[in-house]
Amino acid sequence: MNLTLKVWRQKNKYDKGGFVIYPMEGVSHEMSFPEMFDVLNERLIAKGEEPIAFDHDCREGICGMCSMFINGRAHGPQKGTTTCQLHMRHFKDGDTIVVEPWRAKGFPVIKDLVIDRSAFDRIMSAGGFISANTGSAQDANNIPIPKKNADEAFDAASCIGCGACVASCKNSSAMLFVAAKVSQLALLPQGQVERRDRAINMVKQMDGEGFGNCTNTGSCEADCPKQISILHIARLNREYLMANILE
Amino acid sequence: MTIKQFLYSSVGTKAVMALTGLFLSIFLIEHLYGNLLLFYNDGGNAFIEYSHTLVHSLFIRIVEIFLFASLIAHVAQAIRITRQNSEVRPVKYSVYKVKETSTWFSRNMGITGSVILFFIVVHLWQFFVPYRITGTVGGEGQVNVAQEVKEAFQNGWYAALYLVSVAFLAFHLNHGFQSSFRTLGLNNRKYENVISLAGSIFAFVIVGAGFASFPILFYFGIAGSTF
Repeated sequence: MNLTLKVWRQKNKYDKGGFVIYPMEGVSHEMSFPEMFDVLNERLIAKGEEPIAFDHDCREGICGMCSMFINGRAHGPQKGTTTCQLHMRHFKDGDTIVVEPWRAKGFPVIKDLVIDRSAFDRIMSAGGFISANTGSAQDANNIPIPKKNADEAFDAASCIGCGACVASCKNSSAMLFVAAKVSQLALLPQGQVERRDRAINMVKQMDGEGFGNCTNTGSCEADCPKQISILHIARLNREYLMANILE
Repeated sequence: MTIKQFLYSSVGTKAVMALTGLFLSIFLIEHLYGNLLLFYNDGGNAFIEYSHTLVHSLFIRIVEIFLFASLIAHVAQAIRITRQNSEVRPVKYSVYKVKETSTWFSRNMGITGSVILFFIVVHLWQFFVPYRITGTVGGEGQVNVAQEVKEAFQNGWYAALYLVSVAFLAFHLNHGFQSSFRTLGLNNRKYENVISLAGSIFAFVIVGAGFASFPILFYFGIAGSTF
């Protein structure tokens, strides 16, 4: 099928950037979205043009690298998938597809569709970890965890840190990301030692990174490729308020 | 962490908004109860007596201070949040289908809130100031407060403004009620649906339909025939 791509091009973070239109012929229905970009880039290279920079790594929906804002939605229109799991069969011949990078003050554009997500790394460094004995491995099943908690923690742990929540939120709020990370560890026995500090420090770092305030619109949950529940935000709020009361 | 740091944090800011919002919601129920006394067929006496109690009770004086403080805190934090949130996306999306992922009312609490604030100012000017502060209504030989309400609602413009404001208030509460529970962390899988439903009933049935009944019934002369 033949498509028209309207892609954001930006030389570096100081460049103003703008859209460039690429007619894209002979797109296979079986291609994933990044595979179509591979083909486009091959063609650009053959013509002696600069290929489009875009983030991608595992291409199986688990690394969280691919981050394209496609036709007004983070990771495109399909529910619960990353950009690399979005296949071209979901588009029609003759479609125009607008591709932009995540737009948020906390995620500056490095080049074209590549953004700097190191704000998430700094939030993680502020508290998204546990202190564990690094000696020999413990016996399996040594720490009993209720099935319900394990499931809920796993739901939160499925966050791949892609930043779609920030991208789709009208306030560029990182609450769903931080909520998933805080929630995951708050539910498990291993996370109890730093529990209070974690909530306080991660929220403090999040606020300092220039993300907006959550207004519970629910856009994050709708665009999350891992469909992480917005109820984790309730838990983050609970953790943060309790930590402040008990500190 | 100091109290100031807490109040300026994103979660702390919202906790203030949630608590003040819920407190103001409780006031709405009390206000609705008072207004419903207008429907007694006793020449407005129940309402006049109730209004008299409001003005002369020490308890109400104290609650009044908290109400105004809550309103100011709610508005001040809302302005701060709105200003901060307007700066977090310096380059806008050229295509942004946010309508597919959230409702208009959840995204525009600032707009609905501003309409409500405008109405509150008009409303206080109309009833609270003359009755409670300047004493130009309700005194000896003056028009009584029930008649004042009836006359106000017989003005089509005021009745229309009241109706529109109540509609905005209902949508504001529909998002705000369940949102405040989430902000305070009082929400989980078990209560999520119950809280949402309770919020919608509170917003549309109790507050929405409840307050909308006054301008409609008074404007068309169905209520207030005895005073």
